[in-house]
Amino acid sequence: MIRKLLDWFDHRTGYREKLNEALYERIPGGARWRYVWGSTLVFTFTVQVITGIFLWSAYSPSTFTAWESVYYIQEMMFLGSVVRGIHHYSAQLMVVLLGIHLMQVVIDGAYRAPREVNFWLGLILMQIVLGLALTGYLLPWDQKGYYATKVSTNIMGATPIIGQQLQELAQGGPSYGHHTLTRFFAMHAGILPGLLVAFLVLHIYVFRRHGVTVRDPQHAPETTFWPDQVLRDSVACLGVLAVILLLAIFRSAEISAPADVSEPYAAARPEWYFLFLFQFLRFEAVEHFGLAFGAIYVPSAIMTVVVLMPFIALCRGGHRFNVVFVWMMAVAITGLTGLAFYVDSQDANHQAAIAEADRDAHRVRELAPQQGIPPAGAVTLLRSDPYTQGPRLFAKHCAMCHRYNGHDGRGRLVMESIPDPDNPGRTVKVVAWPQAADLGTFRTREWMRSVLTDYENHFSAFRDAAWFQAAQQLEATGKSVAYLDPEYSEMADWSGEKDDLGSPENLPKIDALVEFLVQQAGAKDVDEDLAAQGLALATQQDWSGTAVSDSSEATCASCHSTIGQAFVDVPDDKADGYPNLSGYGSSAWLRSFVADPEAAQHYGEKNRMPEYADRVTEQELDLLVRWMTGDFETDTEDYPSLTERLQAMVQQRRAGAGSVDE
Amino acid sequence: MAEDTTGDDGASTTDAPRRGFLTVAVAAITSAIVGAVPAVTGLLFFLDPLIRRKAGGANFVRLPLKPEALEDDGPPQQVKVIVEENVDAWNTFFNVPVGSVWLRKIAGQVIAFNTLCPHLGCSVDYRPAEQDYYCPCHRSAFDLDGKRTNEIPPRDMDTLDVKIDEDGFITVQYQEFRTVTEEKTPV
Repeated sequence: MIRKLLDWFDHRTGYREKLNEALYERIPGGARWRYVWGSTLVFTFTVQVITGIFLWSAYSPSTFTAWESVYYIQEMMFLGSVVRGIHHYSAQLMVVLLGIHLMQVVIDGAYRAPREVNFWLGLILMQIVLGLALTGYLLPWDQKGYYATKVSTNIMGATPIIGQQLQELAQGGPSYGHHTLTRFFAMHAGILPGLLVAFLVLHIYVFRRHGVTVRDPQHAPETTFWPDQVLRDSVACLGVLAVILLLAIFRSAEISAPADVSEPYAAARPEWYFLFLFQFLRFEAVEHFGLAFGAIYVPSAIMTVVVLMPFIALCRGGHRFNVVFVWMMAVAITGLTGLAFYVDSQDANHQAAIAEADRDAHRVRELAPQQGIPPAGAVTLLRSDPYTQGPRLFAKHCAMCHRYNGHDGRGRLVMESIPDPDNPGRTVKVVAWPQAADLGTFRTREWMRSVLTDYENHFSAFRDAAWFQAAQQLEATGKSVAYLDPEYSEMADWSGEKDDLGSPENLPKIDALVEFLVQQAGAKDVDEDLAAQGLALATQQDWSGTAVSDSSEATCASCHSTIGQAFVDVPDDKADGYPNLSGYGSSAWLRSFVADPEAAQHYGEKNRMPEYADRVTEQELDLLVRWMTGDFETDTEDYPSLTERLQAMVQQRRAGAGSVDE
Repeated sequence: MAEDTTGDDGASTTDAPRRGFLTVAVAAITSAIVGAVPAVTGLLFFLDPLIRRKAGGANFVRLPLKPEALEDDGPPQQVKVIVEENVDAWNTFFNVPVGSVWLRKIAGQVIAFNTLCPHLGCSVDYRPAEQDYYCPCHRSAFDLDGKRTNEIPPRDMDTLDVKIDEDGFITVQYQEFRTVTEEKTPV
């Protein structure tokens, strides 16, 4: 019955002949593992088509929705991260397999007459695959893909004569936007795969016309494609699939923070298989000849040699030259790729940039389900997030003097260039002196205890500030200067009574005072009773020990008259002449202090900190304050503390060592 | 012809046919696996809407209208239903319309119909001249109590539960129902 049906079908289509042709292709010398590479490429392409179409069903190409839909695929949809992972890793493997296939073809001499045309068809296919890789990298519209692809389109713009037009055509306009995505997507999911299928059909057709290139016909008895070679091909594909699946499941495809044109991305790198070109372009010697030289002429020259290989092989020793050439290219590409990774691993700034990128990527995926993605896209979540913007604002505005756990808020050490003592006329990079308190512990018990019992050290960083040294010099000439001296002030005196403050009677009182202060600052895990004791101590005289209790101004409130109250803004004419500590460390206090530290209620004329009311916007101040007062929730890991590292480096610089390694 | 080219394997040695069968079996199975894994994974991904189905209990939504604003036994009024928060795939929208209702008051009692036709989901209009509800797509018609007056719709118009909240505003439990079916089943 089925037989009859198939006969009927065959009669009308002639499918059997075609099928037999396809399956029973002769393979002289027997099936071999070395013939599998082409098949693995067809396989990976098939995988890309299948997973690509399914991803298409959930992808939305616009600047407001591209990242968001990929995020949704990756994090929310059933098996989404696996399907995307397969597509992602299969693409990378495809590039690797392409390299292997090309090398094998050259080494086995399969490009020689009469197979030249098929060799060229293969090279065209290679360009199409690379085009697919390049266009696909942008589609998630994340920082990584965005900035890397910008480099590619700018290189395109460096093409002689038609560069600008080419670039604008690719981008869909003079700059990136909705149409960049729609055009890249049309290329990636329509034009390039269509071309690839067309050229693949030709490639396989011509391949079948000439058959496999057999090096050793005596290797084994002649066999056919099915089942002997198919067995080897399918096992190889199974191996490829296993690698793809393992990567897709255990190392999900990356998605960095949503593309933000206003947020520089210092970690920008092309996908790893283009790193060799990236590294090549980074050589100053290459850059010296202009971008078009390194990015266009050199690769074109190499491609030209490859294209001409069938003709080169006609000369004596030509084939040998070709083989040596591909091996050299393989070594150069591997070497440059390795070098790129090595250089990056040694580059502290790049590592810090990666840490920041990871932090942002993690944070936005944390915020998206928490707050819901607004119509304007997930990028707005990060722009209005204290945990993301706080460190950036700190690095920009505060890190000239302050540090945050030893770094600039963004996980980087603050360095500066000074004249090299050993090489006159040269400069040398050293760690910059912190010139104000490290605010990483601000508002914590540690901070409060340190201010109370170790005031002199707590603010000792002032001594490295130029204003401090200038003030001291001026003072030495007998002039009276108003400035903050961590060593000589009333607070330093109070805090300096180490014996009394550290006495067994007073220690619990210090604990109580610290608890009261963190309560004032808005801490959540406060021991209320202890804090109440602390408040009493701050406002009443109840200290043991002569120096502390005999001092005429022994309690906090005797100077800081508003302490213990919720933050009250004290106008200049009502200030008591001491820092206003009402709500010290709370967001209201910090906002007032940062906006105008020179106000009489804060440091008054002793102040040396800039007034930020005029330097940052209302919104920026809000983000900074919310970050510094912990007004956010996160499980995203913060930058590691560099406090110890910084201290060691500062000591090293103080000891007079010249250059300091970052 | 095909048999000719494969047959020589079996002729040379005695255990060749078994090896041949094994080769065919393994080649076929491996090929099937490498083809099926991406295809099945992709298909399951495509079935996401069915696999991750959310059982959506509808909340009461306040309408910007008090019962006093409706004339007793008067003409129906169409009112937009605006929800505070509506999630669509990755996006969360705030204060967006999700549909509309026909409101009437009969003997002090507010009744609400979903404006979507139970036939195929077009919007049902109110025709003042005919004093009925009418769907312009396929001519479904209903009287002002929502009873169908022809055989085109499978059931009467979909009523929604109405409550008056503490501030005196009308709230409706806005839901959509499967079309075509005779039973009223929430989607």
